[in-house]
Amino acid sequence: MGANTNSEKYKSDGSLQGGLLEWVDARFPATSLWKEHLSEYYAPKNFNFWYFFGSLALLVLVIQIVTGIFLVMHYKPDAALNANGVPVAFASVEYIMRDVPWGWLIRYLHSTGASAFFIVVYLHMFRGLLYGSYRKPRELIWLFGVGIFLCLMGEAFFGYLLPWGQMSFWGAQVIVNLFSALPVIGQDLSILIRGDFVVGDATLNRFFSFHVIAFPLVLLGLVAAHVLALHEVGSNNPDGVEIKKFKDENGHPLDGIPFHPYYTVKDIVGVVVFLMVFSAVVFFVPEGGGYFLEYNNFFPADPLKTPPHIAPVWYFTPYYSILRAMVWNFFGLPAKFWGVVGMGASVVIFAFLPWLDRSPVKSIRYRGPIYKTLLAIFVVVFFVLGYLGTQPPSPVGEKISQVCTLFYFGFFLAMPWWSRMDKFKPEPDRVTK
Amino acid sequence: MSNQGKMDCGRRRLIVATAAVGGAGAVAALVPFVSSLLPSERAKAAGAPVEVDISKLEPGQMMTVEWRGKPVWIINRTKDMLETLPKLADAVADPKSDKDQQPAYCKNETRSIKPEIMVAVGICTHLGCSPSSKFKKGADEGMPGDWLGGFLCPCHGSTFDFAGRVYKSKPAPDNLEVPPHVYLSDTRIVIGVDKKEA
Repeated sequence: MGANTNSEKYKSDGSLQGGLLEWVDARFPATSLWKEHLSEYYAPKNFNFWYFFGSLALLVLVIQIVTGIFLVMHYKPDAALNANGVPVAFASVEYIMRDVPWGWLIRYLHSTGASAFFIVVYLHMFRGLLYGSYRKPRELIWLFGVGIFLCLMGEAFFGYLLPWGQMSFWGAQVIVNLFSALPVIGQDLSILIRGDFVVGDATLNRFFSFHVIAFPLVLLGLVAAHVLALHEVGSNNPDGVEIKKFKDENGHPLDGIPFHPYYTVKDIVGVVVFLMVFSAVVFFVPEGGGYFLEYNNFFPADPLKTPPHIAPVWYFTPYYSILRAMVWNFFGLPAKFWGVVGMGASVVIFAFLPWLDRSPVKSIRYRGPIYKTLLAIFVVVFFVLGYLGTQPPSPVGEKISQVCTLFYFGFFLAMPWWSRMDKFKPEPDRVTK
Repeated sequence: MSNQGKMDCGRRRLIVATAAVGGAGAVAALVPFVSSLLPSERAKAAGAPVEVDISKLEPGQMMTVEWRGKPVWIINRTKDMLETLPKLADAVADPKSDKDQQPAYCKNETRSIKPEIMVAVGICTHLGCSPSSKFKKGADEGMPGDWLGGFLCPCHGSTFDFAGRVYKSKPAPDNLEVPPHVYLSDTRIVIGVDKKEA
């Protein structure tokens, strides 16, 4: 430990021995924090490809914060029309794209970063499903992670209103109206969220505030909690066995290696590959074929006219499909209400995974055909729902999305039973390659 | 304090009371912040009625005006369009407009004051998109073959007839809202009020 304020740090006249670092360590746990979280944080030695995405998510977070800081310097959250009859907010984004030096790059980094964030986070979550990273004793890491995911969805939703295009406006209109489906308080709640009877200037300004202040603060806090909880219990690994069971004479896990320099260097490889792909998108296909930036959003918001086809950005479409799949009234409550419940539940249900999964082993390597098959179908279902959510409503699409929704919830809700029934292979004591 | 196994109950009560008072204060402090999120006085005042001239609205045409930031449709329905309404009584969810989605003077078969002129808020009762007009019968505009004309909400596929009545088994729960409106003359409507101002 570096922070002991023991006497040998001081000379007889009370002045400090050694250099600046000692001076700091006597006042702030710099060295001990460094050791605890990097140079003496022992991570399993068998991390594979899937373990890149945690550090990549941190990288994207930094990209979003830095580009966001610079965007705010030029962006104006104002729904009033300017002299040319264009909403000020919409015009300020055009201004960033056309007149601010390098503004186009900063804005494309931020808009592409949003999609990249979800890609990385979805892969990071899938890693958890593969290797049972949410299982005891890592339940809290997973819960903080679900919190981060919810926060990220909020960030994405609030941020999407800011360019004040047609998709921004009507997307916000639809999502805020979701809350009006709640019984009794619904109507008042949606007015409270909008700050007006329709989506308007008040809505734009508060979403801006949430997007740049409130949610980033919460997000950073949750990320810190996520990492602290991880470092408290130690990382899982592709074998799903605890490396802390076998330690050397110094108390370090036999199958662990210090995070720094081993994984910091390894993660640099991931960062380089990621940045190559990321830059290629930013420079060559920043609109992502209409998936990252939707074409309708290049029209200024028009409160009188819904575009002929509106869909959320791709990362929300699986849940949006579930919303659309609910077309029946139950228990005297309208289908609209159940759509909202289904959509909310489809996200929140991830939080219950640690308690739904009853398998005796964590990693997919030692789980049987039931898990492998169901997980594969789950991934397909997730993609199908995602695809359908980008498409206009159709009778066939509705039926398919209903079947997929049924499977989606079945996967989770029946997990306590099917996760136990599988054929398991014996877990090794120590990690394999 | 309690290290001798005895608790100082008086002190403990004081701590609990202090925490309770402090907690009440913290909750009370939420009131101004949450209230500030409600529509401002200016937003509340912005709901002025709108006067519309419909003299140029030909039969079969529709116009859109803005009232309280929402699109309001005025449709001059043809005889043909009106004849579809009784046929759809079994296909729509609330054929008799029993739900309170219109002023009492529009709770009738055509959901309007004058049979041919329909006035409705063009906002889907599901999640607030503005439905598109699909006036042509049949499959010409991408609708099913037995379509009699009306509106389709592009967001979640709810369909409405020419009186703004929602079809059964669609995500939208209610018929389109008919706003309060009044005729100043044959061709002038005021939207947002019920009676001619004296």
